[in-house]
Amino acid sequence: MTRSPAARWAPRLAAGALLAGLLAGALSMAGGARLERADFTFNNGTEVTTLDPATVSGVPEGRIIRALFEGLCIKHPSTLEPLPGAAERWSLSEDRTVYTFHLREDGRWNNGDALTAHDFVFSWERFLNPLTAAEYAYQLWYVEGAREYTHLIDDFAYQPDWDQNLWVEERGESIVRVGCSGYLLAAADGGDLVAPTVGPGDVHAAGGTVARLGGRPLHLSLAGRVRAVNAALPGEVSALARDAYGEGWLLELEVAPGALAEALGRGDVVAGAAFRAERAFDERVGIRALDEHTLEVRLASPTPYFLQLVAFYPLFPVNRRNLTEARERWPGTWELRWMRPENIVTNGPYTVEFRRVNDRIRLVKNPAYWDADRVALGTIDALAIDHLGTSINLYLTGEVDWIDRPITSIIPRLLPREDFNPAPYLGSYFYRVNVDRPPFDDLRVRKALALTIDRRAITTSITKAGEEPAWAFVPPGLPGYRKVELTSEAARGFAAGAEDAADGFARDVERARALMAEAGFGPGGAELPTIEIHYNTDETHKDVAEVIADGWKKRLGLNVKLLNQEWKVYLDTQKTRTFDVSRSAWIGDYADPNTFLDMFVTGGENNRTGWGNLEYDELIAAAALEADPTRRMEHFAEAEAILMDELPILPIYFYVTRNLVNPRLGGFHPNVVDEHFPKHWYWMDDAELAARRAVQPAEWVEVPARGPAEGLYPPTTREGRGR
Amino acid sequence: MTRFLLRRLMWFAITLWVVVTVSFFLMRAVRGGPFDNDRALHESIERNIKARYHLDWHPFKQYLHYIGPLNLDEQGPEFLGGDGTRPFGGVLTGDFGPSFKYRDFTVNDIIGQSLPISVSLGVIALLWALALGLTVGIASALWRGTRIDVGLRLVATAGIAVPNFTIAGFLVIGFVFVLPLFPVAGYGTWRHLVLPGFALGGPFAAYIARLTRTGMLEVLSQDYIRTAHAKGLPPRTVLLRHAIKGGVLPVVSYLGPATAGILTGSLVIERIFAIPGTGSHFVNSALNRDYTLAMGVTILYTVLVYSLNTAVDFAYTLLDPRIDLEES
Repeated sequence: MTRSPAARWAPRLAAGALLAGLLAGALSMAGGARLERADFTFNNGTEVTTLDPATVSGVPEGRIIRALFEGLCIKHPSTLEPLPGAAERWSLSEDRTVYTFHLREDGRWNNGDALTAHDFVFSWERFLNPLTAAEYAYQLWYVEGAREYTHLIDDFAYQPDWDQNLWVEERGESIVRVGCSGYLLAAADGGDLVAPTVGPGDVHAAGGTVARLGGRPLHLSLAGRVRAVNAALPGEVSALARDAYGEGWLLELEVAPGALAEALGRGDVVAGAAFRAERAFDERVGIRALDEHTLEVRLASPTPYFLQLVAFYPLFPVNRRNLTEARERWPGTWELRWMRPENIVTNGPYTVEFRRVNDRIRLVKNPAYWDADRVALGTIDALAIDHLGTSINLYLTGEVDWIDRPITSIIPRLLPREDFNPAPYLGSYFYRVNVDRPPFDDLRVRKALALTIDRRAITTSITKAGEEPAWAFVPPGLPGYRKVELTSEAARGFAAGAEDAADGFARDVERARALMAEAGFGPGGAELPTIEIHYNTDETHKDVAEVIADGWKKRLGLNVKLLNQEWKVYLDTQKTRTFDVSRSAWIGDYADPNTFLDMFVTGGENNRTGWGNLEYDELIAAAALEADPTRRMEHFAEAEAILMDELPILPIYFYVTRNLVNPRLGGFHPNVVDEHFPKHWYWMDDAELAARRAVQPAEWVEVPARGPAEGLYPPTTREGRGR
Repeated sequence: MTRFLLRRLMWFAITLWVVVTVSFFLMRAVRGGPFDNDRALHESIERNIKARYHLDWHPFKQYLHYIGPLNLDEQGPEFLGGDGTRPFGGVLTGDFGPSFKYRDFTVNDIIGQSLPISVSLGVIALLWALALGLTVGIASALWRGTRIDVGLRLVATAGIAVPNFTIAGFLVIGFVFVLPLFPVAGYGTWRHLVLPGFALGGPFAAYIARLTRTGMLEVLSQDYIRTAHAKGLPPRTVLLRHAIKGGVLPVVSYLGPATAGILTGSLVIERIFAIPGTGSHFVNSALNRDYTLAMGVTILYTVLVYSLNTAVDFAYTLLDPRIDLEES
């Protein structure tokens, strides 16, 4: 068989071309994704759940949202004192329950809209609205009527009798106006507008359908002839939402005289006036725009940390036009679209330029920001790298300027470096005890367990970054709050100096043994039960659990098993309380004992121990109502004393921050909530860096400071910024 | 040929349906839900989130809704138009729904962004594996029994035994920290894909080398090769024109599973090198209980593996005329 050379070579050429094409395609794909290096790059640790400030609760999300949006107040980068943000100033009434915020006149969104008090009313209504599914909605429940609003709307949204969403009002001689909840109009997902199904002149039979909302029929038990239909209704969603349940009527009916009164009497329909009074946001919730630039917030009771909450990212505003326009353009998918980089409207120091899932969010300076003249960095990349080894490698090769979780095993080597400075962090590592399960229902057993945890061994040999052993639940460093520890010789020894701690611990163990014997376990008593320590899969948690298990085995003679579970299964186990002892942690949302202590009120969602104490509940409730700061702190201290006496939890240690930051970065300050504010960041030039190094402790090991040698400073003069 | 393809298509549909159904119910049977967090949600808020994603429905109703094209979102079933204005159209309309975890994206967005990245990484890895594997395999067969052969076989065996993330570790030490030639991780330029491509392709190269060696040895002992030699053809011609075609046949049959393996096996490599490909979603979506994303990548990989295997069977007929697909 002979073939022409062309025929023989064609397949090979084709194959060769195919391979070359594949390679070229693959390489150019990668090349096409090239982005200029940002001014500053940090590893955010994971892909964020969403950019919507109202619906998230995670640390990585918070970092991005604080760059994009700005609340009425922002926090001072180191002291966390409230600083003016969108509000220029504010005042508090004498009884400490009414805040008046004066928004700055030059506040702008990056689409040019003025930032007004109405934006906050809109955003906070949305935040409280449970259909928004705000995980942190309870943080605004300190506002008068807010909690009730959420619950009321909640009941309403889940009204089994759907027709109750229609209201009816007499408008004249046998003329009845029928309207629909503006709230529902606004809240219904996917552009589900109220669509009337009847037209003028139609005769409506009692119980027939008058309209559909999101495909669901709305029935009206009132019979009559349709006089008019409000055709403009679907287009006015946002106006209706603003007016809550205002004048957004749907249709006019001509009914038999007296029919409305009769129906109202039977309870078949809801009266419009009652409907509005009962449900209107404006009338019930203490959030009101007095004018364009004045926002009044009435609190249910004095809340000393309210300004901290206002500076907390879930309470940051979103742009109304941003949301409503997206809703109009993409009725079905607007919730995904409004925060796309090309659509999102922000009022913070940065806005989004680019996003690639699991890779990065590129932030770019927002020129419309009121304080833009003092923002130095033009672009910031937030990477979503969850692999700790990769993260530290990127930092060490200078590709990333800030990471917050170096691998624990290399901590000892990082400690002397100038770029690693662990600082106290408002977080507590502890074990929950299931107090309903014997033998943990016996307080003596819980006490014995708490006393035989060698906390110092854990912090010195496992966590290593300078964590403080904990004999209390609330971390130290909260202004005005005194430390309340469980009675322990080791704790006393630790406070006095490390030498006494070991001694004290030995005495604690003695006491623990006595307590176990008293509880009827051990020699001569009942057989010692097997305890299971439950934790989520993680090296550190495992090491800690092993040290604790070993201690309980050796010192109390208990049988201890370890049970590790994958994160979501672990959460389920905690939620259903099918554990003996379960590893836990809590990071404070704001610098106040309340963020820790209110979780252990009887039946609280985050309690998960089965423990409850009436006195404790009362103290927490009293603290919420207490206007005097000293007495308030005393209530909390008494509550914590109860907690540390009854021990539904076993405290272990308090966290420290673990930031590794490029030494050239200025404006990055340690603080107890480990929140950092890109608005203040800048690159130091060599002179400033040298000046800073001259005053830092001599034993700190200098590391290469990558970044621009000439620095990168904000457009305003360099004076008065971090020098 | 047509009959073969039709039969394959039928089995493809059945396979896909089984995979989708089993994974759908399996995933919902696993403890823990997509919205569980260490901060417990307020009861009413949790209920609202669940209602939004229809997790309050009976699983079977969720399943029907997920499959589509009947959208059960509304009262009364309604067939969907392709205007894209509906929240969710169902898998049969090509809509994989919104991601539960990455709430700013639909599953289609995520796959659309990440798949090309995984594919380019896979192509590089595969080409590298082929180039290295074939060369080593042929060299090994030609110098059979010599020290070169023993050395190459040793390396190849080691390459199969060592997992790709270990190779990745050595590559990072060697070419990032000792010789700073390549970036340690990340995505953006072709240089970012070199190390992960090498690490990912390494074990496959080793396996291809072994297959090639065995295949070549078998072919080289055949009568027609002896005839070719006897005819006085130069050894190069015998090798390149006559022996290779038969010798690489085992490699071709391995290409299907290899491609699938490279695409699915990239998850560890993608994580280590911070490549935003689809592989990482394969694991993370399951850990996050991101039901829709997990279903999306499962379906994606089912389709990929199945069509690649079909393509390989097809390629067989081109290389070996003795194979008849109609008969098989």
